[in-house]
Amino acid sequence: MANEPRYLKETPSQTAGPYVHIGCVPSFAGITGVYPEDPGARMVDDSTRGERITIVGQVIDATGTPLRDALVEIWQADAEGLYPSPAEPRGTADPHFTGWGRQPTDAETGLFRFDTIRPGRVPWPDGRLQAPHVNFWIVARGINIGLSTRMYFPDEPAANADDPVLNMIEQESRRETLVARRDGEVFRFDIRLQGERETVFFDI
Amino acid sequence: MTDKPLTTDPFYPRDRNWHPPALTPGYKTSVSRSPRLPLVALPQSLSDVTGPVFGHDMLGPLDNDLVRNYAGPGQSAIGERIIVHGRVLDENGRGVPGVLVEVWQANAGGRYRHKKDGYLAPLDPNFGGCGRMITDAEGGYEFRTVKPGPYPWPNGPNEWRPSHIHFSVFGHGFAQRLISQMYFEGDPLIPRCPIVRTIPDPAAIDQLVARLDMNRTVPMDALAYRFDIVLRGRRSTMFENRPEGN
Ligand SMILES: [Fe+2]
Repeated sequence: MANEPRYLKETPSQTAGPYVHIGCVPSFAGITGVYPEDPGARMVDDSTRGERITIVGQVIDATGTPLRDALVEIWQADAEGLYPSPAEPRGTADPHFTGWGRQPTDAETGLFRFDTIRPGRVPWPDGRLQAPHVNFWIVARGINIGLSTRMYFPDEPAANADDPVLNMIEQESRRETLVARRDGEVFRFDIRLQGERETVFFDI
Repeated sequence: MTDKPLTTDPFYPRDRNWHPPALTPGYKTSVSRSPRLPLVALPQSLSDVTGPVFGHDMLGPLDNDLVRNYAGPGQSAIGERIIVHGRVLDENGRGVPGVLVEVWQANAGGRYRHKKDGYLAPLDPNFGGCGRMITDAEGGYEFRTVKPGPYPWPNGPNEWRPSHIHFSVFGHGFAQRLISQMYFEGDPLIPRCPIVRTIPDPAAIDQLVARLDMNRTVPMDALAYRFDIVLRGRRSTMFENRPEGN
């Protein structure tokens, strides 16, 4: 039939494998001189507006062992709640903020670390405001398709209580898996792949 | 260009039966790294349909030439010289411009330049193994490399990965984020590979197999393979413009 749309299937996912660093964070893998720096390494500069925060955490497997070969990406709004994206319809985000970060977990400690700013609030499609959150995407050897989750802030109890996404999680006890802990100077957000207190992952 | 993409429409839902499930016991590492509780279905919001812009100005002239981008002056990587090219399309069949495509691979002997790789095949001093490009206005991409060798891995007593190139693909929205692997037409190791076999549908596996493309070969220089990549599409009648820079 004329003009019948012809839909393609999405390319199926495959694991990022143990050597994901070579392609995504080559400097971390010791491959220097090819790119000037690893993409996503810096999210802020000296002029970025907003409260500076650090997010650290581990990605933990079923045996309680942190993954030392994972790659973590985050995507978040600026301090005003605007995404630095051409698809952001509400205005232009802070030009000194990239919104996107990519970090490997440390080969010894399994820790990832992002130096960023506290995000503002972003609307839900019905106009309600979501609580401040950071979107996470995790890949690694043994993970067949990237895992999507979100980090929320422990010092936003009112916003979290009204958050449309947190409220979509049927078992209330699981919501806390998405709330970071304040740990001195940093926000600590551990991602548990399996077992007790398995982190909530989303089909988005 | 100051045109903004005109839509914040959601992407089509992901067909989770087309992708590999989280738990695939034939690929042993997945057993302890797979979530066991069901994913929570989430309607998409701005958090998912937005994404960063990658401008062509981030690229160096050799970023898509793995034969040369790690090689010493006047040197080049050892191996079968190939060009890999194709288009990044969405599920509607439209080319997606401005997509960051990052690739990584073993050298011609099947060895990665990585401290965790202890395979006895030697490193090639002129091969790093990473490359990247940004798709053009039609979604096209291209890079030159050497064909990676197969390599053994400790999943079973005698398990070999088929020759493959890893791809990371970053479209316009964070919900389109995708990592996969490309295989080579005719490789008898493909159907034996436990990682390939995490994908349940043979037609989906076939989508990861690049085809020899004689029309794109460079005579007396390099063979060519064609590999198209499909990202999630969205229901939208409007054409998207992808500006560079914020
Ligand atoms: Fe590999």
